[in-house]
Amino acid sequence: MKARSGWKIALTVLISAVAILPIYITIIVSVKPQTDLSSFWVPPPAIFLDNFAGAFVIGRLATAFMNTTIITAGSAALVVLLSAMAAYPLARHRSRLNAAVTTFMLSILMVPGLSLLVPLYVVLVKIRGISTYWGIVLIHVTFNLPLAIFLYLNFIRAVPRDFDEAALIDGSSVYAVFARIILPLLKPVTVSVIILCGVAVWNDYQFSLYFLQSPPMRVITLAISSFFAVSGGNTHMAAAAAVVSIVPITILYVALQKYFVQGVLDSALK
Amino acid sequence: MYLPALGLFLVFVVYPFFEGIRIAFTNWNGFSQHFKYVGLTNFSVLAGDRNVRTALLNTLLYGFGSTFFQQVLGLAYALLLNQEFKGRTVGRTITYLPVLISAVIMGYMWYFVLQYDGALNDVIALFGGKKVLWLSRAGTAISLIVAINTLQYLGVSMIIYLAGLQNIPQMYYEAAVLDGAGAWRRFRGVTLPLLYPAILTSVTINLIGGLKLFDVIRALTGGGPGYATHSLATLLNATYFGSQRAGYAAAIGVLLFVTIFAFTVLTQAVSRRREIQY
Repeated sequence: MKARSGWKIALTVLISAVAILPIYITIIVSVKPQTDLSSFWVPPPAIFLDNFAGAFVIGRLATAFMNTTIITAGSAALVVLLSAMAAYPLARHRSRLNAAVTTFMLSILMVPGLSLLVPLYVVLVKIRGISTYWGIVLIHVTFNLPLAIFLYLNFIRAVPRDFDEAALIDGSSVYAVFARIILPLLKPVTVSVIILCGVAVWNDYQFSLYFLQSPPMRVITLAISSFFAVSGGNTHMAAAAAVVSIVPITILYVALQKYFVQGVLDSALK
Repeated sequence: MYLPALGLFLVFVVYPFFEGIRIAFTNWNGFSQHFKYVGLTNFSVLAGDRNVRTALLNTLLYGFGSTFFQQVLGLAYALLLNQEFKGRTVGRTITYLPVLISAVIMGYMWYFVLQYDGALNDVIALFGGKKVLWLSRAGTAISLIVAINTLQYLGVSMIIYLAGLQNIPQMYYEAAVLDGAGAWRRFRGVTLPLLYPAILTSVTINLIGGLKLFDVIRALTGGGPGYATHSLATLLNATYFGSQRAGYAAAIGVLLFVTIFAFTVLTQAVSRRREIQY
């Protein structure tokens, strides 16, 4: 058995290596001075950290990190709140109206936000939401809500109704039942919603590119792309910025791996 | 309690949807107060626009190309990782990591591999070959974009298939072995049909992701050389912000919407017809 698993290990190593090859190359580039013309494969004799300092100063990475954190946290919190609130009555009260509302909300899963770019821009200009935290947060929340509602609907439908009814008979209001009985039960699916929505918002480039045009509002993806967009710019500094940008999500992923995987599986569940 | 969510959908999806169709019938430039309704002009120009035709074809190549390779490689990799051997958990962890990295940053990282003085050309030079401008020929650039997108999201199909494989009861395989079925027959007769729901989910997710591909293209080629590697999504962006043709960009948006919507509905329809019960 042992002897025969050799090729499996070799193949797994090969696939994993190709998958993270660009990360390795980028790390090597980031720790070399721009004057070092050696191959991107070869680590430098001494690690050069000035690129990182430069990336923070010139790329204003600290501001970008702060903006991204605020937007991600705000969006995730609102998505959890609004989708759990929406899913509860839709899962519990089966009326024709609620069935129609559910179908409508889930069908938005199929609407690519990007195809609405021009009119969305017009709407955001009208309500003065361009280059504001709340403007981009509302856009992110809208396009992350359908999946979150889908996840909560599936989950709440699996919670026995007797739980709510017992509490209602005890004289609790619907809101109290939701807050005290349903909400605590939703913890596992809430973790999935936060991870899926958080990753999507943290990594967003398209919406941010359009709706966050003023430089002080730049998020990480925009800060990095501006490094690369300037021709003749310092590519080693750009590499350092790219490395810094993937550190938080990598640490979170390694620490909370099973929740990340569960998130995908929840969203793939039919 | 669903009213806040409903309100957001009305303001940021339903209203823009109809507003987008209205703008597509105008010659609006995106900022002026003045514009005219031009009827179907934008759509008739669209139908004859070579750049749009290229972008539509590329969109389908990106969508179906990535989806095809993601299924074949994702399933093969899941079958491998479904077996007992040392290091399979680590393999799964590493392969899934790129999924969590922003596609635009991943694209820039690949640029260090593909640029003229990059890592790939170093290997070619090492073996005495001539350095290649990887991204300056349309065909090569499109294939590389498909490959990079496939590789980045391989982890998604791998995880879905791995979960699907672990849900197949072992007794079906035991029964098949008793019937004398070989490895290929077991795969065709047991694994594949029971994996059908997983295949469908994975195809739908990958297809939608591939059809609206934007970030990698922006990072690697910006749609060039010329207009050769544009997808509908990047062309829409270039038309709106690059050439200030908001009316025309809105028409491209309608085309993008119809393309993605049509294929999503199609996969769903196929799935309803072929549910398999054991």
